[in-house]
Amino acid sequence: MKHVVVIGGGVAGIETAAQLSKSGHWVTVVEKSNQLGGKLNDWHCLFPDFSLAKEQLDWLQSQKHQADLQVLLETKVTSVNRTNGRFAIETSGKDKLEADAVVVASGYELFDARRKEEYGYKIYERVITSADLEKRMNNGELLRTPEGAPNRVAFVHCVGSRDEKSGNHYCSKVCCITGVKQAIELKKLSPGTEIFCFYMDLRMYGKHFEELYRTAQEKYDIQFIRGRLSEAAEKIDKSVQIKAEDTLSGRPLKMNVDWLVLLVGMEAGTGTAQAASVCGSRCESSGFIATADEHRSTNLSSQEGIFVAGSCTGPMSVTDTILHARSAACEVNDYFQKLEKSWL
Amino acid sequence: MAVKNFGFAAIKPRTIDFEQFDGRLLSEILELEPSFKVCLSCGGCTATCSAGNLVSFNIRQLNLLLRRGETVGLENEIKKCMLCGKCMLVCPRGINIRNVIMLIKKSVAKSHSLKR
Ligand SMILES: Cc1cc2nc3c(=O)[nH]c(=O)nc-3n(C[C@H](O)[C@H](O)[C@H](O)COP(=O)(O)OP(=O)(O)OC[C@H]3O[C@@H](n4cnc5c(N)ncnc54)[C@H](O)[C@@H]3O)c2cc1C
Ligand code: SF4
Ligand code: SF4
Ligand code: SF4
Repeated sequence: MKHVVVIGGGVAGIETAAQLSKSGHWVTVVEKSNQLGGKLNDWHCLFPDFSLAKEQLDWLQSQKHQADLQVLLETKVTSVNRTNGRFAIETSGKDKLEADAVVVASGYELFDARRKEEYGYKIYERVITSADLEKRMNNGELLRTPEGAPNRVAFVHCVGSRDEKSGNHYCSKVCCITGVKQAIELKKLSPGTEIFCFYMDLRMYGKHFEELYRTAQEKYDIQFIRGRLSEAAEKIDKSVQIKAEDTLSGRPLKMNVDWLVLLVGMEAGTGTAQAASVCGSRCESSGFIATADEHRSTNLSSQEGIFVAGSCTGPMSVTDTILHARSAACEVNDYFQKLEKSWL
Repeated sequence: MAVKNFGFAAIKPRTIDFEQFDGRLLSEILELEPSFKVCLSCGGCTATCSAGNLVSFNIRQLNLLLRRGETVGLENEIKKCMLCGKCMLVCPRGINIRNVIMLIKKSVAKSHSLKR
């Protein structure tokens, strides 16, 4: 029986592990936090279908009740050494592992919105991130003002993505549609609230995304203004004044909003940097792990026997992460078959 | 010469200020022609517009300014439209642009008859 070590227990790690154990391998998931599930633990409901993140996560986890799957929580891999075609792996816990293949599924981290100081995150009370909004939804903490429901809420796209100043040139892919989804959720909770989304480009690349954007305009009166916020300033009543150019009319624009939501992007982060470094996998200038080929080998890292799955290779949705994880399992199986043939 | 002619304060700011939003005409139109909500500002209508190809007239921009509550000058500008309906043929979102224009004209006419 072959043994595979999966680094990271988010959507990508859980799904890769489940598929590999279904094909008869022994799998160990090494997760640094105290629970499986990664970011999905914090999300409320998911685009594009508003299914509950918890339900999707429960389903993913229900597959892992297989005899040959073990999970090491609060553990990190500290070294990976190749000897005789196998990997000797040391962890931060007492476990030492021997593996035939390694899958890195260490995911992403959220852009720290404090780095865009001009938007006032953690300075002004009523400026929050999209991730904060998900957590609030889960805790039933609505956006309020002392008078009740907010009159006006604005979303800011591309916070920490596509921005030289943040050091991130790439697009985080999921935040445009997250903004649309969250705007609709807010509108359902308080139909009287006016909602504006400030964007540079709207990237509705996935199945059902464009339709959801149209529904947001048609059914929920959500308004989209093409222009990047230059600044936000708190007023005495804690509302926030924002400035942008309405680029399509060529005029500067200002408005007061009761709440400002920053659609934060994805970064490779320290988790993926650590995992890539112990595995000796090459990273791109963006920080995400480089794959061997952009078309055919999106699950192969620069090291033989070390595979990659999910958003540690670049921003991706849950839908795409599950697909990527399944294809990682296929690649690992393929690798094992080739190894066996070469021994015959 | 009076000092006020020099001051910046004498210049009306160009900023679209949502605190001064005049949404009366807009809400009337959105109610009667809800397809207007889904405009993408793609500019297809302006590109094909019969009037806009002859004189300075930008139907996309006019509609956008209406959506921002900016109705000053709308009354005269909208007169340039020939009601040919070409704009509706290209609109990717299927908006009944001519009806939006008709509603603007009607509302302008109504406010005139009230004034009289
Ligand atoms: C605000 C927001 C809302 C979103 N909403 C949606 C949505 O509605 N629908 C949708 O399809 N997608 C959504 N996404 C995208 C979704 O979050 C990702 O697709 C998904 O989380 C990717 O899963 P992953 O397993 O690759 O990474 P992660 O969820 O980041 O999981 C990675 C796991 O690896 C662990 N780890 C990291 N480094 C190490 C290490 N060195 N050693 C051990 N363990 C490690 C982490 O602790 C974590 O548990 C959203 C994203 C954002 C930012
Ligand atoms: S998905 Fe949209 S909000 Fe996110 S970085 Fe790309 S363009 Fe910006
Ligand atoms: S109906 Fe008016 S706005 Fe539309 S194409 Fe004709 S002239 Fe232009
Ligand atoms: S063609 Fe339609 S969607 Fe495009 S700007 Fe004109 S009205 Fe809007």
